[in-house]
Amino acid sequence: MAQHQDHHEVDAHTGVSTTGHEWDGIRELNTPLPRWWLGIFYATIVWSVGYWVVYPAWPLITGATKGVIGYASRIEIAKDLALLQQHRATQSSGLAEASLEQIKADPSLFRIAMAQGKAAFGDNCAACHGVGGGGSKGYPNLNDDDWLWGGTLAEIHQTLQNGVRVAGNADSRISQMPAFGKDGVLKPAEIRAVANHVRELAGLPTEQGADLVKGRELFATNCAACHGDAGKGNKELGAPNLSDAISLYGMDMASLTETITNSRAGVMPAWGQRLDPTTVKALTIYVHSLGGGQ
Amino acid sequence: MALQETDLGDLPLFAPTKKVYPQSVSGPYRRAKWLILGLCLGVYYLLPFLRWERGPNLPNQAVLADLANARFYFFFIEIWPQEVYYFTGLLIMAAFVLFLMNAVAGRVWCGYLCPQTVWTDLFLAVERFFEGDRRERIKLDEGPWTVSKAWRKSAKHFVWLMIAWWTGGAWVLYFADAPTLVRDLATFQASTTAYAFIAILTFTTYALAGIMREQVCNYMCPWPRIQAALTDDEALNVTYRYDRGDPRVSVKQAERLRKEGQPAGDCVDCRQCVAVCPTGIDIRDGAQLDCIQCGLCIDACDNVMEKISRPKGLIGYDTDDNVKRRIAGETPVYNPLRLRTMIYAALILVVGGAMVWQLATRRTVELSVLHDRSPLFVRLSDGSIRNAYTIRILNKRPDERPVALTVHGLPGIRIEAVGVAATADLRPVVSVAPDSSREVRVLVTLPPDVHPDKTQTITFTAADLFAGEMVTATDHFIAP
Repeated sequence: MAQHQDHHEVDAHTGVSTTGHEWDGIRELNTPLPRWWLGIFYATIVWSVGYWVVYPAWPLITGATKGVIGYASRIEIAKDLALLQQHRATQSSGLAEASLEQIKADPSLFRIAMAQGKAAFGDNCAACHGVGGGGSKGYPNLNDDDWLWGGTLAEIHQTLQNGVRVAGNADSRISQMPAFGKDGVLKPAEIRAVANHVRELAGLPTEQGADLVKGRELFATNCAACHGDAGKGNKELGAPNLSDAISLYGMDMASLTETITNSRAGVMPAWGQRLDPTTVKALTIYVHSLGGGQ
Repeated sequence: MALQETDLGDLPLFAPTKKVYPQSVSGPYRRAKWLILGLCLGVYYLLPFLRWERGPNLPNQAVLADLANARFYFFFIEIWPQEVYYFTGLLIMAAFVLFLMNAVAGRVWCGYLCPQTVWTDLFLAVERFFEGDRRERIKLDEGPWTVSKAWRKSAKHFVWLMIAWWTGGAWVLYFADAPTLVRDLATFQASTTAYAFIAILTFTTYALAGIMREQVCNYMCPWPRIQAALTDDEALNVTYRYDRGDPRVSVKQAERLRKEGQPAGDCVDCRQCVAVCPTGIDIRDGAQLDCIQCGLCIDACDNVMEKISRPKGLIGYDTDDNVKRRIAGETPVYNPLRLRTMIYAALILVVGGAMVWQLATRRTVELSVLHDRSPLFVRLSDGSIRNAYTIRILNKRPDERPVALTVHGLPGIRIEAVGVAATADLRPVVSVAPDSSREVRVLVTLPPDVHPDKTQTITFTAADLFAGEMVTATDHFIAP
């Protein structure tokens, strides 16, 4: 138990007086702190008063005192941001002047384009195409080697700039597959036959009892104009290659029936209307580098 | 224990500092201190000017912390930021060396090697040069201001500031090419940072070594507290052998007592040990926190013992165990090879050995692989499965190196690097600039006829085409 005594004693062993505090028989010696230590403590108090005056400090009802030098962290942030924008503008000027091929060939421009492209992709494209451009059903995978509209730098740039099926944009990519079922061109049985033929083209097993001969005939009449006799597709028209291992909407019977009956009409915005030309360039470089670029 | 009651009023919470006026002394410990002081300061002030030829693209300074380029050079060793664990190792070693020193000979670090001690010693020598020894300094401080006093004081402070300034100046030389920086500093073209650091270190050196001195040890330094927990009964400490010294009587009285066959100690209470102590303590009070174990009281006492024809060593480096032994009438012994010291020594060897081994097997090319998370894999039009990785290749050599990439672990597996041409044998060759790293996106493709389990381990190899140096890294290949 701590005890406090009003009288103080001198410890005979050390010759030092005690503070009068005692804990279970152990007495505390009084070892005074040096005076300069106290001086520093007072100095910090004086310093804090000065700080109150110079910097925003005292909370008021709707804010705080402004401080005589007018410092505010928001002003500092605004300065930093302005500096950043200026810095970015200098970097982007290189991208604006160079062609896509030049950017790709120049390591420093390429690095800037990749960084800008990655950021822009995350902001604008990732919602549909996925963070890494992996896509999903109806949204093309940008990492693979299969392109609806071509995978060269110029072709990617054109698609990005003008979008797909953007109303009122004459340069927009437009593929027009008829809705064979909805428009009454093909009957359900015929659609089934065509779907089975498409699976045959892709090397997938067909349904039991499927009329493959009829399917081939119907495909040649209705589909081959765009997709080709062997279903190899046509990039001019945005007609996908049906014979490869990749498909945008699925190659199972249900998906194929749906596609042939109602057609598909995916839309991508014309990014040239929304983003500045440098950003579109950077995006082109980035998408091209994902692994599918031709 | 007897306790006397005192008045409440005479107990201050804060007290003015008692100025310590250490007296000069000569003897083996003082000589050792001068020698170590010269050595330490010589190394500190001159090391930045030592050259070390490293080749065309690298700095030629033997010891350099190149913060701008994030490289540390120490003679033949070059350390990259990702290798800072060397510093961790050095710090661990330093801690164990301190522990070992402490177990063998108490706070010898404090008394001989600590920068605070070394610079304070130097500053005291300057003070003595201008103001004289202990008595003269006390007289000067107590006396009135005269021309002589003003001249002596200002000359002392001027020389102190010059030493402090050059101490800060030497510090910044470790962070840039020394001769260039000296020229830039002299022509006022050096960076503000350099001047600011010189100013800061000038101030701290002047304040700590000139003015605060022993108070740094007593109030600021944590080491006296830590060492109290590390010391033991078998560690050497500066010890007053009170079994030989007490009772303290004058020389004449001692002669008389000895003739009468009565006990008389060797200590004549001349207080020389107190006069020479740089922290102003009385070693005869026993082991205490303020004692930095510098041994100057040993020199002082031995000189007195010689004059009064008594054996030396009334104060000496001794262990608590020996004090007990002598009281019990046994022969004192000292055994530095104890479990504690051997464990410390073994730990130093283990850490040091690990660092040397790490340094010896250090590679000049490094490879790190990061698998793409989205998408995990891609199916290509011909049915192949492809995984993408981000690879970083580090080239620690001062010349550009072509590094060929290969991958193993699955049949028919192929590697290509985006934007990098492959050699005839289909290995992409990445050119990495001198002393830098390069990041490349790498695509690994598995042919359609191979059907692996979901995840397979594959091995990437980066081979330097010039030196033949080879590094590998493993990662996973993910399939549907």
